Amino acid sequence: MSDFSQEFIQHLINGISLGSIYALIALGYTMVYGILQLINFAHSEVYMVGAFAAYYTARWIPKFTGHELPPGAMTLVILLCASMFVCSVLGVTIERFAYRPLRKAPKLNILITAIGVSLFLQYAGQIVFGADPKVFPNVMNDAVIMNFGTAELRLLDVTILGVALFFMAVLTYMIQYTKTGKAMRAVSTNWTVASLMGINVDRIISITFIIGSSLAGVGAVLVGMKYPKIEPLMGTLIGIKAFVAAVFGGIGNLGGAVLGGIILGLCEEMVVAYISSTYRDAFAFGLLILILIFRPAGLLGRPTQEKV
Amino acid sequence: MKHIILTAVLALAVTSGCTRKSDTAAGGGTEKASANEILVGEYGSLTGSEATFGISTSNGIKMALDEVNKAGGVKGKQIKLITLDNQGKSEEAAAAVTRLITQNGVTAVLGEVASSRSMAAAPIAQQNKIPMISPSSTNPKVTEVGDYIFRVCFIDPFQGTVMAKFASENLKAKKVAILRDVKSDYSVGLADFFIKKFKDLGGEIVSDQSYQSGEMDFKAQLTQIKAAKPDAVFVPGYYTEVGLIARQARQLGLTVPLMGGDGWDSSKLFEIGGTAINGNYFSNHYTTESTEPVVVEFIKKYKERYGDTPDGLAALGYDSAKVLVEAMARTADLKPSQIRDEIAKTKDFNGVTGKITIDAQRNAVKPAVIVKVDGNINRFVTTIAP
Repeated sequence: MSDFSQEFIQHLINGISLGSIYALIALGYTMVYGILQLINFAHSEVYMVGAFAAYYTARWIPKFTGHELPPGAMTLVILLCASMFVCSVLGVTIERFAYRPLRKAPKLNILITAIGVSLFLQYAGQIVFGADPKVFPNVMNDAVIMNFGTAELRLLDVTILGVALFFMAVLTYMIQYTKTGKAMRAVSTNWTVASLMGINVDRIISITFIIGSSLAGVGAVLVGMKYPKIEPLMGTLIGIKAFVAAVFGGIGNLGGAVLGGIILGLCEEMVVAYISSTYRDAFAFGLLILILIFRPAGLLGRPTQEKV
Repeated sequence: MKHIILTAVLALAVTSGCTRKSDTAAGGGTEKASANEILVGEYGSLTGSEATFGISTSNGIKMALDEVNKAGGVKGKQIKLITLDNQGKSEEAAAAVTRLITQNGVTAVLGEVASSRSMAAAPIAQQNKIPMISPSSTNPKVTEVGDYIFRVCFIDPFQGTVMAKFASENLKAKKVAILRDVKSDYSVGLADFFIKKFKDLGGEIVSDQSYQSGEMDFKAQLTQIKAAKPDAVFVPGYYTEVGLIARQARQLGLTVPLMGGDGWDSSKLFEIGGTAINGNYFSNHYTTESTEPVVVEFIKKYKERYGDTPDGLAALGYDSAKVLVEAMARTADLKPSQIRDEIAKTKDFNGVTGKITIDAQRNAVKPAVIVKVDGNINRFVTTIAP
């Protein structure tokens, strides 16, 4: 294999691994948007809190139970559960106290509140957790699974992709084949009509926040595994990128968020590899602008008529 | 409707990042100096992603000023320190210094670590003719702002030169790759000066990659660097990213030494980087392995007070405060303009970070040390003089 193709494979692996994390977080943005037409800026902070939840779980379990958490699948599952639980509680709380009172207010009010909640959590996080970076515990021992010349496929990347795909599959099943999923789709299409059909809209919105936030929790643990440095401001950059991925794929569209995330991850990686690392974000965001010029609804979004 | 707007306004008011006064700072928001006090202002990143920089520096400054106060103060007056947090943001740094000077009426300002933030604050100190000493901003542009701006550390051209010399002479590297943080004036400056000197020494730069602080994934850049087959990689960033960069470099099988500047100096570097950071080199202001009495004494007192080994930033914070106090003691009546003149005359001041002499450009002339990361200890490798 030539050097070029080996490097290309390495970039491909790196890009998909990064993209699958963007995709998980993008799903949370897109789900809330699909139902509430709200860009939930606090989502990136829910993700940050999820990372800290996993961090403290890993530290406290040995302290209180006397059992060490050895790196492996068991630890991964425990941390995922802890992070998803804390994230969903936080997500529902934010919805209940910050967004629900504004349900009938103009869209702009609730958007500003979302920014407020986001900043509140960022700075509260610095007070509660401390502003200095913390080191995420070792969740699993990394190893090389397969070699393509100098390119390596590592256990960590495979696990990240596997876990991400698993949760995406669970989500798809829920949305498409369960009663709750059907209700969610109904609320997303038209919530007034849905409520007339006997759907408890508030409950469905809470469930949406539970699901979206727990996906952020999954993303947080996966990111912590791969990039073991967590801090209260860790959500900002990845939050913007996941948001871009969601818009890119067509905000409100679940498949679009996943596709957008993977494309953004690959795009960033390839720009660094073959153009210039300085222009990493410039190209990624430039692509977004282009897509929005030619397909304003995003890649998979259905163009809709603005209702007046 | 009314209460909805109120809620939104309240939420914003609570969360908007206003300059927060650190709870350890003495004095209220608009406090003026009383007759037997001298007010000194400090601004630093006590929160934010580079919080350990601000906290270490602040610890060093506090320790120095407390020592001075215990010994009777300056000219019979006690020094009162007002510390403001800038959250690691340039715009907050400018706001903090404006507040220190116009509201609190300080006679001198100490800060910042990051060159970007010192540069945001320096013009304000200069306009108000209040002397400012940066403990550890190494970008040359900081003191070029005006004649009231000083520093007690060496500058990037020197630091870059030192590392280039070290790479060429000690590591015998012929080909070096660069990975710089384009968001930081410090990192970009250091990389440029390194490249210039390294090329003069006959070396070759095989790859020049960049990233932005806050990013987590550097594999694309590192894969490119690995393909260029360098003998060493120069990563003049801050410890927060450097730890991750080291991990990812080793994961990708890039095993050549990484080199950096004083931005690596933090007890968190090893925590974040793990064993991947071991065996890499960076230039620093001082070494804890020094046997100089002033250093040994400083480390002992710092450990007693804070329970932690002081990093280079704590040492520079300490020196900046001591240089300021010594200049104040030499003035006739503690006017800012006189303090300025006296700081400029500092010569062979015996600081923790070496003998400090302020040159005509208001920079400190002093040697740099190269250390090798070995767990939580930075092993002394060599000293390179100006």
